[in-house]
Amino acid sequence: MIVGAISRISGPVVLSEGMRGSRMYDVVKVGKEQLNGEIIRLDGDQAVIQVYEDTTGLQVGEHVSNTGLPLSVELGPGLLSSIYDGIQRPLPLLAEKSGSFISRGIAVPGISHEKRWVFSPRAKTGMRVSGGDVIGTVHEHHLEHRIMVPPFVSGIVKDIYEGEFTIDEPVCILEDGRKITMMQTWPVRKGRPYQRKMDPDTLLVTGQRVFDTLFPVTKGGTAMIPGGFGTGKTVAEQTLAKWSDTQIVVYIGCGERGNEMTDVLTEFPELLDPKTKLPLIQRTVLIANTSNMPVAAREASIYTGITIAEYYRDMGYDVALMADSTSRWGEALREVSGRLEEMPGEEGYPAYLATRLAAFYERAGRVVCLGSDERKGSVTVVGAVSPPGGDFSEPITQNTLRIAGTFWALDTSLAYRRHFPSVNWIKSYSLYLDQIQDWYTASGFSDWKDLRAQAMYLLQKEVELQEIVQLVGPDALPESEKAILEITRMIREDFLQQSAYHDIDSFCSLEKQYWMLKVILFFYDRLNLSMGKGIPLSKILKLPVKAEIGRMKELTEIGKIKEIADTIDSSLGSLEVER
Amino acid sequence: MIRVPLFTKEARAINYVSGPLIFIQNVKGVSYGEIVRIILPTGEERTGQVLDISKDIAVTQVYEGTSGIDNKETRVRFTGEPPRVKVSIEMLGRIFNGIGKARDGGPEIIEESNLDINGMPINPSARDKPADFIQTGMSTIDGLNTLVRGQKLPIFSGAGLPANKLAAQIARQARVLGEEEKFAVIFVAMGITYKEASFFMRDFEKTGALERVVFFMNLADDPTIERIATPRCALTAAEFLAYEHDLHVLVILTDMINYCEALREISTAREEVPGRRGYPGYMYTDLASIYERAGRVKGRKGSITQIPILTMPDDDITHPVPDLTGYITEGQIVLSRDLFRRGADPPIDPLPCLSRLMNLGIGPGKTREDHRNVADQLYASYAYGRDLRRLVAIVGEEALTELDKRYLKFADEFERHFVTQGDENRSIERTLEIAWQLFTLLPEEELKRIKREFIQRYHPAAQKGM
Repeated sequence: MIVGAISRISGPVVLSEGMRGSRMYDVVKVGKEQLNGEIIRLDGDQAVIQVYEDTTGLQVGEHVSNTGLPLSVELGPGLLSSIYDGIQRPLPLLAEKSGSFISRGIAVPGISHEKRWVFSPRAKTGMRVSGGDVIGTVHEHHLEHRIMVPPFVSGIVKDIYEGEFTIDEPVCILEDGRKITMMQTWPVRKGRPYQRKMDPDTLLVTGQRVFDTLFPVTKGGTAMIPGGFGTGKTVAEQTLAKWSDTQIVVYIGCGERGNEMTDVLTEFPELLDPKTKLPLIQRTVLIANTSNMPVAAREASIYTGITIAEYYRDMGYDVALMADSTSRWGEALREVSGRLEEMPGEEGYPAYLATRLAAFYERAGRVVCLGSDERKGSVTVVGAVSPPGGDFSEPITQNTLRIAGTFWALDTSLAYRRHFPSVNWIKSYSLYLDQIQDWYTASGFSDWKDLRAQAMYLLQKEVELQEIVQLVGPDALPESEKAILEITRMIREDFLQQSAYHDIDSFCSLEKQYWMLKVILFFYDRLNLSMGKGIPLSKILKLPVKAEIGRMKELTEIGKIKEIADTIDSSLGSLEVER
Repeated sequence: MIRVPLFTKEARAINYVSGPLIFIQNVKGVSYGEIVRIILPTGEERTGQVLDISKDIAVTQVYEGTSGIDNKETRVRFTGEPPRVKVSIEMLGRIFNGIGKARDGGPEIIEESNLDINGMPINPSARDKPADFIQTGMSTIDGLNTLVRGQKLPIFSGAGLPANKLAAQIARQARVLGEEEKFAVIFVAMGITYKEASFFMRDFEKTGALERVVFFMNLADDPTIERIATPRCALTAAEFLAYEHDLHVLVILTDMINYCEALREISTAREEVPGRRGYPGYMYTDLASIYERAGRVKGRKGSITQIPILTMPDDDITHPVPDLTGYITEGQIVLSRDLFRRGADPPIDPLPCLSRLMNLGIGPGKTREDHRNVADQLYASYAYGRDLRRLVAIVGEEALTELDKRYLKFADEFERHFVTQGDENRSIERTLEIAWQLFTLLPEEELKRIKREFIQRYHPAAQKGM
């Protein structure tokens, strides 16, 4: 083992001498308190180390020992419903050892090594297995946790056992004597292997109208949510974590508020997954590096999270990963880079920011997993971005824009008037529209794309009309354009606005979304027809059916929504007859 | 536990002095972040903290400033200790300087504990969810942006706006409904003038709250660098009072902009790569280490609620200090020059305000069932009314529809009766009552954000009809 000595300390960055022979990204133990750190630069005899814990009290000359291992996570049953810090230490265990406040130098395993799991074998003696093959299963809550042969291992099964085991005990022995346990360790900075990537073509249903209908993201896609403070990034991320139709959710609270993590921790055990009716916490892995926790561990937390996500993807599941917020991660990079006295790029961020961001987002995707059964899994990444001053021209937003497939631009002025989710429908976009057209058709909504296009056209038209109104007042507009303003107000208030806290409206099924939009657009078409027959707009707007459209959100039965279309038709019809 | 060093390292070793920093050479066994005593040739003693150490140089920031320090005679002594502050329940009613020494002429306190001012981060899984509604008596806060125990809710002010008056009024009126619990206020002054500080002192004195208040004062003419330690000392005292003595502590920090200037000064002296507007790139992390010390901890009775005040330079909310603060705190209360000119008192502009924890503190059993809906409706209607004002400025009021005219009136009345309240201490029921009175200005079908049953129950027109 290589043992060096500290020669300089500056915040979370420590220089150590006598480290020749160390490899990049090796984990080291620093000082008497054995603080965790990672080598981020080698220079002759010297190694630069970022320390994942507070460095106060360290002295020049204290020992640094290299463990020779890269920063890794433990993967196996027991991950679900855990809450970890940035380097996969379970926070409740830390609390047991050091009380309510996090102290330093504590080593705890990522998953329990004592707990026994009932292993049901699937492979048989004599079978040839290779990396990714499922040799058996374990029930983790209600999820079938598939125990896989680790990547790059293959051989013929000599023995396979059934019964209760801990994750350290072998459940399968290969002919060459290699033992397979239920736990794998994997270096976080390296993506887990798969057979091949596939085109994303399935919608990630989030139950949020503005996302699913207007700016969809696919399973295995990437999305970014930038927005100034108070625009609802965190609420959007948490809403996605609650309602996304994936089997697993990994939620990374990266440099954000402690009380928000408490919120997730108290809320998720009570909320039920709309599909399985099980508590949401049972499908969730939380990673919390709050803004007052050490900054270097923030850098690692994103990688810890995505490695766990990839592990469940490899089992053939759909995983959604929420990172709130990637800006804090970028700032952590910047802080460490600054201490290294590297030449800064834009706004002090290191020049490799774009590369790192791209490498992270590229770990998302829908893949054919390793293993002979060709199972498919996906990791969808949704990253929040917190641009300083809400200014989207800053480096993290701009660099993420180049990579992310869906762009949900949150808007401060919408948030000020409490239009939530405050997604700006003019700035936002989705690059997946063409790819999921077929999926929508197959799900029975063949005219989705037309409806969406019409809604988008009207909303765009509204912006132009508003400019005219600002100059000459609303009275100057012709009736037909006044009608557009009324309809777009309906689209905005009665369709796009969706309360994350409403007991019914917080989740809106795809079918309901479809019919809601269809009803509004039907109203527009029908109203144009009536106006053509000489009915004045003001009279149409006094119809009670307008209020019914406004209360559509609160309905649960699709039939009731469809009925509104009939009411529209009949009430406008009777206006025409009156005339 | 207090470690008594077996020997002290003392040397005449200052090599280089720059701004608030001194560079000490050829010292062994110095630990990162430890406190250094600096003895000037005149015999004066100052305090510094180690910021960076390498084999032969220890970079140290001097809290009281470097004037008078020379690089020949001045001696330094390393204490081997992180910066600490003495805390005790006896601190209540006393005035301390920025690093926790008595400055009211009284004796130093008898310490119950001597704590590291940096504290330790609360383990997120040990945090308790904030849930208790604090009634501040201010309609725009209680009604629209409710404050909850354990929250950090800053006031964004502008030069010349009455943020201090508002903070004092909140400190005076804040209480949790249905409870008489022990509370304390910690008032942290960073770089404010004597006049501002004495305004608070007089206000607390007038209301007889003085013996429940601890003052940490670093005034405008006190050493700048001391400001780095001031909020940390104060929050360490707050944690001690909250978690050891079960008090509910309200911490008022003013003015955070001065704190950040001090941070920038040190960063510049260290020749670090500057971030936006010259503030250091780690300012987010640094501010978080202050703000995140608000909260509640499972198994402890007390709580820490923070109200930081900061003056936005040129009323610019996108300036790095309010911007980063907004990203860390759980909402913000924003004062507006426009409303101030129109005579609103307090001039709180509700639109950019936010309380992220509001939902935890309101609703049936806490405030009232219709609270959420009423707040949403007030926001939507007022925002629309404000938009119309802009339109009226161009095309005149005559061009508006009947309905829009009513919205315009609503916005005016809202500012006149809901936002403006002067020294009145309003109960939450009174606040909601005013809101419902305002809703009578609008047609009932416009109240889309409110559930029908609440309209039937609380709308003045509906009540009369019954």
